[in-house]
Amino acid sequence: MNKNKEQLLNKRYKAEKRFRLYGQGAIFMAFLFLIIFIFKIFSTGYSAFQKTWLIVPVTFDAELMMLEQNPSKQDLKDADYYDIALKSMADLDPNANEDQENELKRMVSYFFEREIKRELLNDPSLIGKTKDVYLTASDDLDQVFKGNYPRDLPEDQRRVTDYQLKIFDQLVELGKVESKFNLSFFTYPDSREAELAGIASSFMGSIFSILVCLMIAFPVAVLAAIYLEEFAPKNRFTDFIEVNINNLAAVPSIVFGLLGLGILLAVFQLPRSTPLVGGITLSLMTLPTIIIACRASLKAVPPSIREAALAMGASKMQTTMHHTVPLSMPGTLSGTIIGLAQALGETAPLILIGMVAFVNTIPGSPLDPAASLPVQIYIWAESAERGFVEKVSACIMVLLGFLIIMNLFAQIIRHKFEKKWS
Amino acid sequence: MKKNGVKMIKINSKNVDVYYGKKQALFNINLDIEENQVTALIGPSGCGKSTFLRCLNRMNDVIDICRVKGQIIINDFDINDKSCDVVRLREKIGMVFQKPNPFPKTIYENISYGPTIHGMAQSKNEMDEIVETSLKKAALWEEVKDRLHEPGTGLSGGQQQRLCIARAISVKPEVILMDEPCSALDPIATAQIEELIDELKKDHTIIIVTHSMAQAARVSQNTGFFHLGELIEHGSTDKIFKNPENKKTQDYITGRFG
Repeated sequence: MNKNKEQLLNKRYKAEKRFRLYGQGAIFMAFLFLIIFIFKIFSTGYSAFQKTWLIVPVTFDAELMMLEQNPSKQDLKDADYYDIALKSMADLDPNANEDQENELKRMVSYFFEREIKRELLNDPSLIGKTKDVYLTASDDLDQVFKGNYPRDLPEDQRRVTDYQLKIFDQLVELGKVESKFNLSFFTYPDSREAELAGIASSFMGSIFSILVCLMIAFPVAVLAAIYLEEFAPKNRFTDFIEVNINNLAAVPSIVFGLLGLGILLAVFQLPRSTPLVGGITLSLMTLPTIIIACRASLKAVPPSIREAALAMGASKMQTTMHHTVPLSMPGTLSGTIIGLAQALGETAPLILIGMVAFVNTIPGSPLDPAASLPVQIYIWAESAERGFVEKVSACIMVLLGFLIIMNLFAQIIRHKFEKKWS
Repeated sequence: MKKNGVKMIKINSKNVDVYYGKKQALFNINLDIEENQVTALIGPSGCGKSTFLRCLNRMNDVIDICRVKGQIIINDFDINDKSCDVVRLREKIGMVFQKPNPFPKTIYENISYGPTIHGMAQSKNEMDEIVETSLKKAALWEEVKDRLHEPGTGLSGGQQQRLCIARAISVKPEVILMDEPCSALDPIATAQIEELIDELKKDHTIIIVTHSMAQAARVSQNTGFFHLGELIEHGSTDKIFKNPENKKTQDYITGRFG
């Protein structure tokens, strides 16, 4: 009998040990996946924050630029920079034939003309002089310099010719190739050319969408939640509403996208591809999340607080506004931020309402066409150019950073302001 | 209190029935509460004494399924009448709950809340005065005067309950309802509250629900005994405890059931 008992006890201890092991194993697996995921993104993405520049001597020849004597500022702006830009590239190899000159031109981005122009506008005294100018390297050379490009492929399978590689190597040897922090990744809008593509338009698009979403979803959701929780009579009808709010939270996001397409664009004729429409669509999605969070935190306020206020002669409205709602705010706000973070990462509904369009301007208001960060990831991931591979990961890093900051903020609000009920 | 030998009746309840949904919780209660006296309501759990107490400031309104019938007359006015404004009523009839429930705000804000919403103070000075007198009346002033702007939830249980009493008297109610105010407190804090109750009855009419027969005997002048939703017996505390008329009352106070 006694021995039997001991065996049983041992068995129980062993079962607990096994269970702990399973749990630790599960956590280890989860961590492993996370680390692999983050490592993969960082290792492909970090190089996008560097940009390769070719340092090319440019002669600001007044004649080639069709400039008169003593040009005004406007003259400088209207001048023709294409010829001197072409010439400075061609001058990299004095023996180049016409085809090779063309190849030389394609070693830099098509912004080279603009970059040279900017140089002169900054310093008009350069006319007639020669200066080393930083020109953005083409995305393929950028990748070559970062070591991401397979140089050993046969030439006809490469987008970089042997001739370009030869000149590039010469420039590298002369120290005329430099890698600098890629500011344009943050300040440029999207572009078909990987070396010029940036996240400015999609970043602003995301910000505007989230703001529109917040401004619509937050007040509506909080009012709905307060009414349902504090004022509405408990009957079949409100039960029905409650069930439907919970269902709404489970609706796939693409359905909201169809709704946006069918109603906002087709019926109300709102402008396509704009953060306004995107934000409204996302707010439909965020609404149930915030309502549920707000109701849960209203429920968490102990009834004794309501009774205390009511017994003091506060009206229902005063009880709600002076006590219940302020006490529920930390929970509501962190729920709102988490809802917004979800909306920020949403792609499908935005694709349907046209925020997937190629936008090469930075939106200045929610009424300008824009993309959003996750959609930008989708657009770039679809692009064939090698230069976009690192951009995809870099954009994911920005989006993740954004999300982590938002979630951190939600946590801080929750921990700092939530009251403890003893 | 007697004026010219006549008992002054503060609250007069006539044929009060209370229903929770279909279930009847109180049956035909007729109970008069004397002014400036302590009335204790005793009885076993679930007998309806708290329900009756909550009828007196219409706190049962909060419960959706609860219906109250009958008349409860305070100052010649039926509080169950449609024309009765609950906000005004609750200003006149304060309440202290079983578990201390200070607002999660500062001690000062806890006291000043009632006077603020009822517009009782014109200036900061006046408010300071109300806070001070309320806390002094609740015998809490000496303990908290240096930390008025610290959270009320940081006080001990007994202090919190006295804070709740101070909050209740801050609006100068005529009646204070106490729903087992000492059940969450230790004997020392209980003794302090009981002393306080005795002090408060000078200015207020007090009705206290309690599970402790000893407490009822100590603090009250009148006692009502409830059982299964009925008021079995009521009268002066002396009489109820020493010479009850009803057998059930006798059984209960001698500890034979309940």
